[in-house]
Amino acid sequence: MRAGMILGAGLAGLALLAAALSLVWTPHDITQMAIAQRLQPPSAVHPFGTDQFGRDILSMAMLGARVSIAVALVAVGIGMGAGVPLGLIAAAHRGGWIDELVMRGNDLVFAFPSLVIAILITAVFGPSAINAIIAIGIFNIPVFARVTRGGALPIWTLDYVRAAEVAGKGRALISLQHILPNIANLLIVQGTIQFSLGILAEAGLSYVGLGAQPPTPSWGRMLAEAQTLVTLAPHVAIIPGLCIVLTVLGLNLLGDGLRDALDPRLKTLR
Amino acid sequence: MIETRDLAVTIGASRLLDHVDLRLAQGRITGLVGESGSGKSMTALAIMGLLPPHARVSGQVLLDGLNLLALPERAMCAVRGRRIGMIFQEPMTALNPLMRIGDQVAEVLRIHHRMDRQAALARARERLDRVGLAEPRFPLTLYPHELSGGQRQRVAIALAIAERPELLIADEPTTALDVTTQAQILTLLRGLVRDEEMGLLLITHDLAVVAGLADDVAVMRSGEIVEAGPTEALFRRRGHPYTRQLFAASRHVPARIAAGPGPGLDSRPPLLRIEDAARVFRLPGGRSLRAVDGVSLTIAHGESVGLVGESGCGKSTLTRAILGLDPLQAGSIRLNGMQVSAGNRMPHALRAQMQVVFQDPFGSFDPRWRVARLLCEPFHLTGRPPDWRARLDAALSEVGLSPEDAGKYIHEFSGGQRQRLAIARALIIRPALIVLDEAVSALDVRVRAQVLDLLVRLRRDHGLAYLFISHDLSVVRGIADRVLVMERGRIVEDGPAAQVIDAPQAEATRRLVAAMPRIPEGWIGPEQGEAASG
Repeated sequence: MRAGMILGAGLAGLALLAAALSLVWTPHDITQMAIAQRLQPPSAVHPFGTDQFGRDILSMAMLGARVSIAVALVAVGIGMGAGVPLGLIAAAHRGGWIDELVMRGNDLVFAFPSLVIAILITAVFGPSAINAIIAIGIFNIPVFARVTRGGALPIWTLDYVRAAEVAGKGRALISLQHILPNIANLLIVQGTIQFSLGILAEAGLSYVGLGAQPPTPSWGRMLAEAQTLVTLAPHVAIIPGLCIVLTVLGLNLLGDGLRDALDPRLKTLR
Repeated sequence: MIETRDLAVTIGASRLLDHVDLRLAQGRITGLVGESGSGKSMTALAIMGLLPPHARVSGQVLLDGLNLLALPERAMCAVRGRRIGMIFQEPMTALNPLMRIGDQVAEVLRIHHRMDRQAALARARERLDRVGLAEPRFPLTLYPHELSGGQRQRVAIALAIAERPELLIADEPTTALDVTTQAQILTLLRGLVRDEEMGLLLITHDLAVVAGLADDVAVMRSGEIVEAGPTEALFRRRGHPYTRQLFAASRHVPARIAAGPGPGLDSRPPLLRIEDAARVFRLPGGRSLRAVDGVSLTIAHGESVGLVGESGCGKSTLTRAILGLDPLQAGSIRLNGMQVSAGNRMPHALRAQMQVVFQDPFGSFDPRWRVARLLCEPFHLTGRPPDWRARLDAALSEVGLSPEDAGKYIHEFSGGQRQRLAIARALIIRPALIVLDEAVSALDVRVRAQVLDLLVRLRRDHGLAYLFISHDLSVVRGIADRVLVMERGRIVEDGPAAQVIDAPQAEATRRLVAAMPRIPEGWIGPEQGEAASG
């Protein structure tokens, strides 16, 4: 368990570090084309090789990490920021019209396939990383609202909530002090799942040309561009693919570990 | 005939069972008595071959000379359910909620005999009739949620005896039920043992249950059987000190105190006055249920009142209304002359005069908060006083815990300690009334005796009034001056505790008194009146 969490933190940390480092430094300038250097296999100068325009793939992957992580992070933030309060409100008013309103609104959003709507949004407002963030973020809201409400409902029936009511606390205070901390583990796990889904969604949108626009690289766009070259120079596709797989894996391991580490009941058992 | 010989179970470095020798003959009832954690359930699981995977077991479990511990899992499956049946404590979770009761009973028969569905259902019908769930009220097509707790336990029994096993293991089969249902289930079990020539291993923490039912008793402590023998002889002799302690604790009545000037002598108006309270639930189909139906009662300052009734009589609903958690549809509740109303409309100053202790010591505390924060939660009503730290330490020492415990999480405490913490939480803002909702029902007898003593002492020291809610008259007798008996939403009897129990007037009270499990007076002997330990 511990080892998994350290591995997860390491992988996720590496992606973050690469993204942060790319703000100030990359090994090569990716706006410079060098056709003579194209499709080189990994070497000392280009550790991950070069693409069809002779750009350094390591530098591209570092810059791509920035876009992928930013999109996924903000999208999860939007989902949690709106979904968790909605879910808490629905659970606090369980059975009432507010609950009904929130949950039917959720169903409405759920009813549309998320990627189709994301394509619609980017088609209407133009393809860009920002629009991709909004599209992915909106579809995170009902996920978090539902998980929050589902986790909160059984807690509302417990005696310690009753004791808090007897202590004169209102629904909002109880939601904040008792319900939220006790469903935090659910939310963390869901957060890491949505984070990795966000990375995949961004990759998907960029892959079809609706995410980040050239020359901004993202892992999804790198994959899309490498598609035709897979047989010729497999490393061009493998590197961004590996980046996605390892980051998603790392986040999931980290989420599992965090859930256990944050639970005081499991702490003394170890 | 099932016999365990030198049965021992270890998990990791801890020895959970040691030298357990039991002889469970057909047609006899053996009571296995002990406190939580003594290894009673572990013994049952070892006999059934259902120990957790990392448990190591030694010794023998002999079924007619065949050692079950040496059997491979496949062969054990043929024994389980067929030659040994088992029922559990919690009837709410022992049945599959999505399966009709007929199918659940028939499933057992079909697994073991490849019987066709119609034949199995016919047998299931016969078995359900036997446990008292006869047609036409209980068709095979009912789902578990359509049955009460006692009826579900009957279905669980029908499941366990479907194959006419040689041994039935009942692990606290009546602990989750109220006393009258308990009496019915115990009568059913006794009849089954007699009619079906079955052995019964009855696991319980309640000596009185064993006294009325078992032929033999084994007393268990820390994984070892400290004393065993025929029931009456063992109860009369009480050879082992631990048996004596359990015995004393289960008969323990806290010393009587005279708190306040006594009933009728207090010139102040009553602390709590309920008049014609009614709580109505609307049911689907336009019908309505009057869960509380015109209840009037008073509690004087410093008075201890017991409220007793079977499950479903409306006592929990009334409690919620008194605590200001649910609104009333008619009538009024006044605390110190001020109107109690539900939700945020009730002023904090009024709420602060009343606190509550719940039944379940495990659900009463937020597992993510430390004790200090948990106990100080009622300060939300009064504002945190400058000397809160001292008040917290005082509350902890008053219930027999140490001020260092304030930094711990709740899972670090045992059930009895948690109940003490719940009492400390109720005390910290010095209310005038504490509502104790089945507050000792989930505790072992020795712990229960200690908590009852604690409650009596606190009442004397602080002049508290108690409203003690329970389904069990024998618990209330020890602590209440006055007992109210509730049935179908109404108070049917109101009188001094001794009078209500010794000369019950209402039909409901008589039923409750008759159902109280008790140790025959003749068995008690010269040691009567010995004090509970601790």
